[in-house]
Amino acid sequence: MFGSTAFLVIIVLTLLVFAVPEWLKYYLTLGLLVAGIALTSSWSAGILAGAGQAYELPLFTAATGTRMVLVVDRLSAFFILVVNFTVLIGFLYARGYLEPYRARMNALRFSIHYFSYLWLWISMLMVVMIRDGVAFLIVWEIMALSSFFLVIFDAEERSIMKTGISYLIQMHVGMFFILVAFLLVQHDTGRMSFDALGEYFSRRRNLPLFLLFFTGFAIKAGFIPLHTWLPEAHPAAPSHVSGVMSGVMIKMGIYGIVRVLASMQSDLLITGVIILIVSLVSGVLGVMMAIVQHDLKRLLAYHSIENIGIIGIGIGLGVIGQATGNGTLSLLGYAGGLLHVLNHSLFKSLLFFNAGSVYHSAHTRNMELTGGLMRRMPWTAILFLTGSLAICGLPPFNGFISEYLIYMGMFGSLSGATLYHSILIVGSIAALSLIGGLAIFCFTKAFGIVFLGEPRSEQACNAREAGRSMIFPQLATAALILFIGLGSPLVVRPVFDIVAQTWNLGSQPLVTGAFAANLAQISLAGGIFVVTLAALLLYRRFHLSRRVVEASPTWGCGYTAGTPKQQYTATSFAYNYNHIAKPLLQTRKEIDEIGEEEIFPRKRKFLSHSEDLFKRNLVDKPVDWVSGLLKRIAVMQTGQIRHYILYAFVFMLLVLLLAMLKII
Amino acid sequence: MMAGFILIAVAAFFFPGVILRTKSIASGRKGPGIFQPWKDIAVLFRKGSVFSDTTGLIFRIAPSVTLATVTVAMLLLPFAEQKAVLSFEGDFILFAYLLALGKFFTIIAALDTGSSFEGMGASREALFSMLVEPAFFILIATFAMFTGYTSFSVIFNHFFITGNDYVLIYSIIGAYLLVQIAMIENSRLPVDDPKTHLELTMIHEVMILDYSGFDKALIHMGTYLKFAIYGSLIYNLVVPAGWNVILQTGLFFAVQVLFAVVIGFTESFRARNKMNKNPKFILTLSSIALIAFMVILILTEKLA
Repeated sequence: MFGSTAFLVIIVLTLLVFAVPEWLKYYLTLGLLVAGIALTSSWSAGILAGAGQAYELPLFTAATGTRMVLVVDRLSAFFILVVNFTVLIGFLYARGYLEPYRARMNALRFSIHYFSYLWLWISMLMVVMIRDGVAFLIVWEIMALSSFFLVIFDAEERSIMKTGISYLIQMHVGMFFILVAFLLVQHDTGRMSFDALGEYFSRRRNLPLFLLFFTGFAIKAGFIPLHTWLPEAHPAAPSHVSGVMSGVMIKMGIYGIVRVLASMQSDLLITGVIILIVSLVSGVLGVMMAIVQHDLKRLLAYHSIENIGIIGIGIGLGVIGQATGNGTLSLLGYAGGLLHVLNHSLFKSLLFFNAGSVYHSAHTRNMELTGGLMRRMPWTAILFLTGSLAICGLPPFNGFISEYLIYMGMFGSLSGATLYHSILIVGSIAALSLIGGLAIFCFTKAFGIVFLGEPRSEQACNAREAGRSMIFPQLATAALILFIGLGSPLVVRPVFDIVAQTWNLGSQPLVTGAFAANLAQISLAGGIFVVTLAALLLYRRFHLSRRVVEASPTWGCGYTAGTPKQQYTATSFAYNYNHIAKPLLQTRKEIDEIGEEEIFPRKRKFLSHSEDLFKRNLVDKPVDWVSGLLKRIAVMQTGQIRHYILYAFVFMLLVLLLAMLKII
Repeated sequence: MMAGFILIAVAAFFFPGVILRTKSIASGRKGPGIFQPWKDIAVLFRKGSVFSDTTGLIFRIAPSVTLATVTVAMLLLPFAEQKAVLSFEGDFILFAYLLALGKFFTIIAALDTGSSFEGMGASREALFSMLVEPAFFILIATFAMFTGYTSFSVIFNHFFITGNDYVLIYSIIGAYLLVQIAMIENSRLPVDDPKTHLELTMIHEVMILDYSGFDKALIHMGTYLKFAIYGSLIYNLVVPAGWNVILQTGLFFAVQVLFAVVIGFTESFRARNKMNKNPKFILTLSSIALIAFMVILILTEKLA
């Protein structure tokens, strides 16, 4: 078929990145991206617009006779579109972002970077289109490897390399779980493929296999407590890469979970409850840990965990709905979760790009050194504000729509629910509203401290707006965010179709019709809001033009010699919150107290740092323990040949002894 | 359709005045007239404005954004048997998130001034409004469970005709919680004191310290409207939707006045909480909402 050949050609052409002259590399990569995106998006559009279930694209037939086939169904089509958009915007943004690196890095590094970027994109597309287990694991591995190379692009610093390696290891732990799960399926059904899952699930207990898959995919997605790679890798990577990784790559974990769920047949209730509880914990703790971060990109990384939690809440509700025979809850839960996948890919990549622009011009990611950037970088500030409002789920932006669907699933299923179910649902409602509140706390802090007030350092003072080539692509993302927020009925309907087809829920015209009407009302409310606001602002302008308007310094309660250093900082903004959340966050403070006889206190330092409880207890402590143990064993490694001969002798003696006693 | 909207707007005209009168009478002062707050607003409209050099766009648009959110939120509230202008399943979610949008802008506008006082206020307001969010949602969830519907208009229409004799329990718990939530959302006692004179102890007042003229007038209008909005929610909980419309209109204003008097008396006779007690106080509301939820489980015989 024409499509698949073209796709193969693009895959092969990626090698050209190494061959062409330096100035051409970017454009070649861009050309390949655009071609591939047009091609795969047309596949998606075909399946989403048509009535068909899925279609197959034979990629090639190996010498052994195995056919390599890509399968595009509605679920894949949805993920293809999500991947394509963010990857393209990320690469357009990268042009300006990579500019300062050109002087420092040689052409080969750039070739590797572009090549990895292309392969990250190709592998993500293949992940959502391949059903065969072995091939899936191969592209899954390529995805991990290519993103690893992207993360360590800036590996001048040792810490970045270390982060990269730790990322790679954690990805492989995840892959191990998926591999084991596939092997179990192979053992039972003789086939190693997503298509064989239905057969397996119809015969065996569903939960154990699901848990294996879930653990493997959850590491990629970043559910707590398997999230520890995320807050390290995102800040280390260049910003266009963090945007793509956080925006779409972690969603591949969600894709995997969803793909497995679609074949499950029993144990649904317990599965749903497990997903829901893990997601609630991820959501609440993710945002709680985000608030205390000083590093802007780290803060965003923790927010990804929160949003993965929200997606998980939707999916968990969907499963519970299936288990209890509540079709409406299923439809709304799954649709809310999937729509949030799209929404999060938009606003989170936008926020990461903006964080990159800030890093680019203020040369710091530490929020305590920024401030007043809105005056210096107005476009970046407005884009960041758009992303912030969207991520908090505020109307009229897109985050509100997906959260609304999830909320409605919960509220709608309350009447007539059993005792157990209603307690679970009310708990989730409370948690989701708390997440919303905490997100507002977090992003008022992030936006307010970074972009408003006075600059807190020299470098923030000298910040300049990011180049046009960095701003323009982001405008497209912002426009899409607003479009989904204001024109939600147009977007939600196809998502309902995807859900109905993936889980065989059947079309539910009553529910989809009702929600089209509800969403139309939300759009109307959004429209009224925008018009009211515009009218108010216009009148304000007219009103002020006929009054005396003066400028003066900020009111300092009579004190007139204030300096920017006296402003509220990110730490002080989160201080009272920190006070309540202490038991969970373990903020560490280092301060040397002023002694009694110290009449003139000398200069001293104050350091506060919040640790990730999970990272310390689940990763650092066991690793320290193992390496401590190994160090003790290393006593044997003396470097003296006679000792080694002694070891060999003892070993042979042991073997002899055991053989004589007939043990071996 | 517009009845709810218009009544709230009218109620907002005398609401702050009634609070003021109550406080003056309770403290034995002569005090200003009932329309004094609106006269103050008229004065602000006539005045020019002073803007800090530090501030930018956010500071200037925030009051308009807040007022716009409040206006749209008013459209979501029903009156008597009439549906609200915008009424759909889950309209209360939009209601809560719209008010949150307004709050978001108030907070970042305070940070825009670069003043540490305003930063302090912003941080406190962000924390307190974050903690109050679950209480509102749990409360609405119990109503949704009680009536089986998920929209303000339909919930209130069915509230008194579910055939459940214990509906009064809900009216009382709901009204109590809404009064408290309204006090917190509008930064009144016992969480915040609008009459405090020291910047360090203010929450909301310190956040709008740098506003003057037109923008300040918008902020005050927004606050008064928000009071009337919560008053209208309380009204819908305590008066059955099926009653005679003229009687209802009278009762609507009676409830609003009563609400204002309650606020006035609370502010006259109790001191403000210590600042670090506030989180506990606010979280208590969520627990009370959870108790309401437990009661409903018992009433619907899910929990024996």
